[in-house]
Amino acid sequence: MTVAMEKTEKPEKSQGVEPAAPVKRVRKVSRSMVIAAILVIWLVLFAVLRGKQTLTLAAADLTDLHRWFNDVNDSIGANRNSNPLFLYFFNEIRLVIDNLVTFVQELISQPPAGRPVPQIGWLGVVGIAGYVSWAVGNWRVALLAVAGFTFLGLQGLWQESMDTLVLILCAVFVALLFAIPLGVWAGLSDRVNRIITPFLDFMQTMPTFVYLAPLTLFFLIGPASATIATMIYAAPPTIRITAHAIRTVPETTVEAADSMGATRRQSLMKVLLPMSKRTVVMGVNQTIMAALAMVTIAALIDAPGLGKTVVSALQTLDVGTAFNAGLAIVVLAIVLDRVTTAASTREEAARGSKNRFLTWRRPLLAAGAVVTAVLVYMSNTYLWAAEFPGEGRTGSTISSTADSVTTWVQDNLSGLTNAFRDALTNGLLNPFQAVLTDSPWWLVGAALIALAVVLGGWRAGITTAVCVGLLLGTGVWSDAMTTMASTLVATVLVMLIGVTFGVWMGRSALVDRLLRPTLDAAQVMPPFVYLVPFLALFGATRFTAIVAAVVYATPVAIKIVADGVRNVPETTVEAATSAGCNTWQIITKVQLPMARSALTLATNQGLIYVLSMVVVGGLVGAGALGYDVVAGFSQGQLYGKGLAAGLAIVLLGVMFDRITQAAARRTSA
Amino acid sequence: MARQARHWRAGAAGIAALGLALTACGGATVEDSSSGSGSSGESGKCGNFNLAVNPWVGYEANAAVLAHVAEQDLGCKVEQKDLKEEIAWQGFGTGEVDAVVENWGHDDLKKKYITDQKTAIDAGPTGNEGLIGWYVPPWLAKEHPDILDWNNLNKYAAEFKTSESGGKGQLLDGDPSFVTNDEALVKNLKLDFKVVYAGSETALIQAFRKAEKDKEWMIGYFYEPQWFMSEVPLKKVKLPEYKDGCDADAEKVACDYPVYKLDKIVSKKFSESGSPAYDLVKNFTWTNDDQNTVAKYIAVDKMTPEAAAKKWVDANRDKVEAWLK
Repeated sequence: MTVAMEKTEKPEKSQGVEPAAPVKRVRKVSRSMVIAAILVIWLVLFAVLRGKQTLTLAAADLTDLHRWFNDVNDSIGANRNSNPLFLYFFNEIRLVIDNLVTFVQELISQPPAGRPVPQIGWLGVVGIAGYVSWAVGNWRVALLAVAGFTFLGLQGLWQESMDTLVLILCAVFVALLFAIPLGVWAGLSDRVNRIITPFLDFMQTMPTFVYLAPLTLFFLIGPASATIATMIYAAPPTIRITAHAIRTVPETTVEAADSMGATRRQSLMKVLLPMSKRTVVMGVNQTIMAALAMVTIAALIDAPGLGKTVVSALQTLDVGTAFNAGLAIVVLAIVLDRVTTAASTREEAARGSKNRFLTWRRPLLAAGAVVTAVLVYMSNTYLWAAEFPGEGRTGSTISSTADSVTTWVQDNLSGLTNAFRDALTNGLLNPFQAVLTDSPWWLVGAALIALAVVLGGWRAGITTAVCVGLLLGTGVWSDAMTTMASTLVATVLVMLIGVTFGVWMGRSALVDRLLRPTLDAAQVMPPFVYLVPFLALFGATRFTAIVAAVVYATPVAIKIVADGVRNVPETTVEAATSAGCNTWQIITKVQLPMARSALTLATNQGLIYVLSMVVVGGLVGAGALGYDVVAGFSQGQLYGKGLAAGLAIVLLGVMFDRITQAAARRTSA
Repeated sequence: MARQARHWRAGAAGIAALGLALTACGGATVEDSSSGSGSSGESGKCGNFNLAVNPWVGYEANAAVLAHVAEQDLGCKVEQKDLKEEIAWQGFGTGEVDAVVENWGHDDLKKKYITDQKTAIDAGPTGNEGLIGWYVPPWLAKEHPDILDWNNLNKYAAEFKTSESGGKGQLLDGDPSFVTNDEALVKNLKLDFKVVYAGSETALIQAFRKAEKDKEWMIGYFYEPQWFMSEVPLKKVKLPEYKDGCDADAEKVACDYPVYKLDKIVSKKFSESGSPAYDLVKNFTWTNDDQNTVAKYIAVDKMTPEAAAKKWVDANRDKVEAWLK
């Protein structure tokens, strides 16, 4: 999912290939000494003060802040019908979005009044998908799109898939309407960038469960709420990446335009935007992927589509059906991902190859449009082209295969897995968690701030101090520490796996091609689909939650590391080979050190992705913040506490992000 | 240019041929099929009926049967909305939800929406009785029958230890949607246990399923009616008997959970609309066995809720007639 991040980060990072000056080496040693000293002092004080001032709060206990959140929420609900803000503002937004979604639904997924089927049937949709993919991308992705969409029909999930597609397209469309202008603005102005960054962090790390219920108060139950929930989570990548794209247009180009007398507007429209188009499309790609991750959550407020199938199958632990629907989400994701990626590289590819089809492109496009129009007309008129034929036999085969695989795994592997779980929990997680939760709060806070200063400098230290202070304010300190322990353990695992597979993938194009679809699947498959067998293997434990987080976060880390390894100049590797280095030496002495900035970026993203799984972890036995959020969503009197726990997750995310980014800047500076 | 024009012409001809070929073998058109259907449901005066569907199978059974009867006998246009409880209740105020047809207690929501906001009213019991409590897998109850009395729990506490329970016995709690007094109960009954939050019904069911299959020690929070009971009939542990008011102070609870008379809640507007669907909801009652039958059709036999409801309604026409009077 962070393909774009990797690609866009590179120009900055590669400037910092530094010679290892001896002065620096001395400082580095002393830095790790300081870190060790901080940890030793912490442990000593922990041994003395264990169990004091730990700020624990029982599951049903509330603080004044939590009660105040409850009251605010209640008063909004009570005054909804008389408040002019609702009558003239939120209702208008709702109406516009509802109409948009209903319109598109009647086109491809829901029968409009007076017709038994939608306006455009499966044949038309497949035709349009193929044609558009070919027009914006190339014929290979067009084939993929046609195959993918047909597969959705064969799975017996045509209508559900179309409902999901509609929701995603509408959410992405509305998101882009304001995300691209905002991104451009943030790209042009440092101040705007500084102001919106915290908001974007907030939108991406605040668990959706926290704002799902209030959203239905503002926008009622229906397409509008589902679209807006999806949008909140999905818009930030486009804003960030657009801003980044504008920023990385070479200054000389802009200056050249200025010197020729271009106005601000001209240099924006004729230079900046065209030159950053490719990266912006990658941002759109990220937004689509993020929107797909919201499919199951939106189903909880009655959003139609594949999410509903997953949710209702899981009520009866029907893994097969849930897997089939999850697979449809994966197929949609892969098609949309590959098409947008192809779109972003198309012009360059076309310019590069003097293809003889280039002269034919226009007539071929027109011909394709006619064929598509015929297909659409037919799917509007004839039943066989409107409703996908067959009974989804492929789907039931997939379900029953998934079922039997799950059963086999559960029956045959549980002995092995329990030993591993207990070793990790007792050997690593429990002691680590004890240090975090049983130390007095001020000790943990002081240690965190000190570590941040050493690793990232004074600015990171100040951010951490603010975050620690706010974490105290949320009243869920102890739960936050428990969550932090699991998060850090998960991140360590993510990095271990990420580096291993990342190096493997970075060194071999074949491995890359084989692994990548699996990685994509792990990122968009709704977590509960694979969590049911994990629950059978590991029980409802913190370990299961850690595994879930690792499955979700590792692909990002792997992709970033692989990209970093691949970007190590070939000549360097060859030089090392001719100097007689063996493979192991090349990896550890050349490739990994030179990909260091990719490693820190992978750690940063790994942490953020792990944090976004905290709530899912709460659903499978992790307790702590994740459980607080889920409980807040389910019970009115715990709403405030859930909101506070959500804020705590955001704070943890911001804190980790700023520390790792500052540390990354230090290592590459 | 001339070459291009030739290609153009060839392409256009090809497409036209393709189009003709495809339309010629067309088959049934959408117009043909639409004229036949759509007339059956519109005779009643019922109009729209927005039915919330909370995410558990027992509820789904109630909703499916009600929706089936409302559609077939009353000619309503039923819209079923999949929602969590909180959001469904919120929908009473915004007019998006007409009825919730299996409510477990939720005194806080009743106070908020029935007493304070006056947007909802009680529509009587469903006839189902909800039990909440601590359950053990059947193999355990069989081998150690005395475990079914809470007095003996401490004796076995060490057996219930897990990696999560910090040296004590583990009491596994589930879906946070249900009210739980378990932390207070453990404390006030002086049990050597720790409450561990599984966090979802899925996690809890999977834990019980595995415990029964592998004969593992496990005790957890569960409830009935629940479809899983027909797969693994869990045994309830006896806690100190419930008496009125013994759970008044949440901190000091030391008694079993009350028996919940599950009930139906409808929006005020719906109750005043004169819709026959309201009378149907009000009159609807059935037994735990009835619900378990339909829930089993859905969860174990993997029927769709609609098919399950139809099967039950066809077999129990007399009960349905009583609701329609």
